[in-house]
Amino acid sequence: MPTKPAGTLYRGREGMWSWVGHRITGVVIFFFLLVHVLDTSLVRVSPEAYTAVIGAYKNPLMALGETGLVAAIVFHAFNGLRIIAVDFWKKGAKYQRQMLWAVLALWIVTILAFSIRHLSLALGGH
Amino acid sequence: MTATIESPRSGRVAPQYRRNGGSRGNFEMIAWLFMRLSGVVLVVLIFGHLFVNLMVGEGIHAIDFGFVAGKWADPFWQFWDLAMLWLAMLHGTNGVRTIINDYAEKTGTRRWLKTVLYAAAVVIILLGTMVIFTFNPCPVVDGVALPGGFCPA
Repeated sequence: MPTKPAGTLYRGREGMWSWVGHRITGVVIFFFLLVHVLDTSLVRVSPEAYTAVIGAYKNPLMALGETGLVAAIVFHAFNGLRIIAVDFWKKGAKYQRQMLWAVLALWIVTILAFSIRHLSLALGGH
Repeated sequence: MTATIESPRSGRVAPQYRRNGGSRGNFEMIAWLFMRLSGVVLVVLIFGHLFVNLMVGEGIHAIDFGFVAGKWADPFWQFWDLAMLWLAMLHGTNGVRTIINDYAEKTGTRRWLKTVLYAAAVVIILLGTMVIFTFNPCPVVDGVALPGGFCPA
């Protein structure tokens, strides 16, 4: 009768959930990147085509979407640095859990700062 | 009588257990290393990109054709964006490749998903590179400058 496997570095708890978060944010960022290169490529179609499409992005719903995207990018970035520390720093594996809490704390601070600035610009009218 | 036991990892690994054998060589190790090296560089490139485009001045309100023209008039930003395009696309493509390998169990499914992935990556990388290097702030069609362009007076 197999029992529940014991927690290891990457199974269960902080190690596994950070891995899940890293995957999901990675896929989200990848698909955004495909679209982002395509929309920027409109500068080669005509100045008006580019400005029109970018103008369509400038609404409150997209401002929230952009904030979510930046939240995904910042988590992926900080957690990526944590993964590098786990792999290359001698004590990385030992402190991987503490490093995840540091990642989350820095992530919240960064996202708060970004949201305040971006949303007040985007929603504040012009 | 004492038996001598070879210490592990002494380099005497039977060929079928060697990780770097086979036709793929060191590809997976290089890919693993690339994710870490490109990751560090991408943190700097993307944070800089987001800060300059969204946090400074009027933020998102300033983004239009003229904003792009202003940035790409400077080779610094052309190469910044080129490096970001190539590193992010290769990093992302390798990440999605790993995910396909993890979840697509059938060989055929893996193969066609990766074919679509690689085709998309090649198209996006070439398109983006072409756009950065052939950008024209004053596009002209049939001798007439398109509205919104930045043409020398």
